[in-house]
Amino acid sequence: MTLHGYLEQSARRYREKCAAVEASSGRQITYGELDRLSSRVRDHLRRIGVRPGDHIGICLPKSIVSLATLFGILKVGAAYVPVDSLAPPARNAFIFTDCGVRAIFVEASRADALRCELARLAAEPRLLPLDWSDGSSPLATYLAREEAEGGLAVEGESARSEPNDLAYVLYTSGSTGQPKGVMLTHHNGTSYVDWCSETLAPDENDRFSSHAPFHFDLSILDIFVPLKHGATVLLIGEELGKHPAGMASVIAERRLTVWYSTPSVLTLLVEHGGLDARDDHALRFILFAGEVFPVKHLRRLKTLVPHARYLNLYGPTETNVCTYYEIPQTIAEDRTAPFPIGRACSHVKARVIDRNGRDVPRGHEGELAISGAPVMQGYWNLPERTSAAFHVDSTGRWYRTGDIVVEGDNGVYTFRGRRDRMVKRRGYRIELGEIETALYRHPAISEVAAIARSEESGVSIKVFYASRDGHALSLIELKRFCAHNLPAFMAPDWFSHQPLLPKTSTDKIDYQHLIRME
Amino acid sequence: MNAIQIRTMTRDFILKEFLPGERPENLTDSTELITGGILDSLATLKLVAYLEKSCGIEIAPYELVQENLNSVALIADFVQSKQAST
Repeated sequence: MTLHGYLEQSARRYREKCAAVEASSGRQITYGELDRLSSRVRDHLRRIGVRPGDHIGICLPKSIVSLATLFGILKVGAAYVPVDSLAPPARNAFIFTDCGVRAIFVEASRADALRCELARLAAEPRLLPLDWSDGSSPLATYLAREEAEGGLAVEGESARSEPNDLAYVLYTSGSTGQPKGVMLTHHNGTSYVDWCSETLAPDENDRFSSHAPFHFDLSILDIFVPLKHGATVLLIGEELGKHPAGMASVIAERRLTVWYSTPSVLTLLVEHGGLDARDDHALRFILFAGEVFPVKHLRRLKTLVPHARYLNLYGPTETNVCTYYEIPQTIAEDRTAPFPIGRACSHVKARVIDRNGRDVPRGHEGELAISGAPVMQGYWNLPERTSAAFHVDSTGRWYRTGDIVVEGDNGVYTFRGRRDRMVKRRGYRIELGEIETALYRHPAISEVAAIARSEESGVSIKVFYASRDGHALSLIELKRFCAHNLPAFMAPDWFSHQPLLPKTSTDKIDYQHLIRME
Repeated sequence: MNAIQIRTMTRDFILKEFLPGERPENLTDSTELITGGILDSLATLKLVAYLEKSCGIEIAPYELVQENLNSVALIADFVQSKQAST
């Protein structure tokens, strides 16, 4: 089975049933229409020379349009490369150039800025601009215009992708200052989707939330699990996704049955959503992943929505979800410790190893390593990073997660921390080095060090910096510079000006000293 | 509430909540708030809650856009138009 095969199969069975709804506009599309529209995308891509194995970029707002382009790309046998359309164009241009996309679907209003940044990198992928000012269906308008100009493509079959063919490349923050592309195949995706089927037992009456943007790995469940089963996916766009009362009313009015997001979003819903005044009885699962859920907010959520089952899903982009833990019915009043990340999912093998790849005894700290069907092929164009990410021995190829865990009784893992400088905030992975690299580009800054601290409300990032002229920079200027050079989820929360940053005896920045300065 | 009053209270709130230590004169009526990284999603939410409470208006999800909130001047215009329509 392929990822696009799920849609084609459901379109035969549930042709007239609603496949997707845009929460803000209320626009809907049936399985039959989504299948036809994505086939037109496939035929158009074929006509402009896209071949199986190519990479195609998606730089669009979350919508029925972006869903159809995603399936069109898969149907032609190519891999989709989604980015945050609101992120700095220079970062998106780096990603598209890094993985050599042949073409990019881009929101017309952002095409010029992207084209300009691509030109700086001497890259010339074909831009396929979709103009929302043309009306509510920019993709259909675009395809009609292209088909009228170039003649209708011969209607073809979708590619019969092999399990090990690349399906999508997701870029995550990189410690060297540039994001890196995680290569995932159809088999990686379908093995995970099948595990979700086994665990959630969805059917055609379910209505799933899609809160995460398509460049975030949570979206794999949101998109493919409902569409495999003839269920409906509710697309929650950027604006509504920030408005807790709006999200809460969508949960109630659309009678969502499965909600999946980061704990940060659920915390917003608990604190500002007015959930106590809503009827959310349809919810049968609340799934969360991407970061630790502070127990006080989780307890409050369980009180507000007591009938749903709560699953803590854990896994890096490289493996997608690989362990899970069901939160018990009642949470003790005095509990403050976060819940475990749980036991290994049935489609993976997990073990805890030391620096040299040897198993550590149960109850001792070590690094969680994962092997099995959902584990990535590697990082695009980074063979050394790829080999460093795996431990290979006679028992297989194990992805080293970088997460320090302890295995308790019954194979339940508890997260203890990271072995490197990566942090998670709002579900996103952030390499603190990428923030430092970006700020070093500021002409007035001479030294930078970023540290993270965990607070009850989540992880916050503090930047210490020294300036060339010894004066503090305006906070407005620092925030503006970050907004233009980093995606929003990486923007530091605090800045602290120092005459010079403290150094170790080997003249490196003394991070421990900075942490103590807190 | 006139436009100047709304601008003043919005500017004071943003300086106090999101720009501690910043010189007040650096935050002008046209300083970019969302595209300039001053208002992230959580900060936008706090500001909106403050405006709703202080100005007696209700702001819908589709109104949380740059066109309405990207500067102190735009916010004041937006709040005034909301007040006029209620």
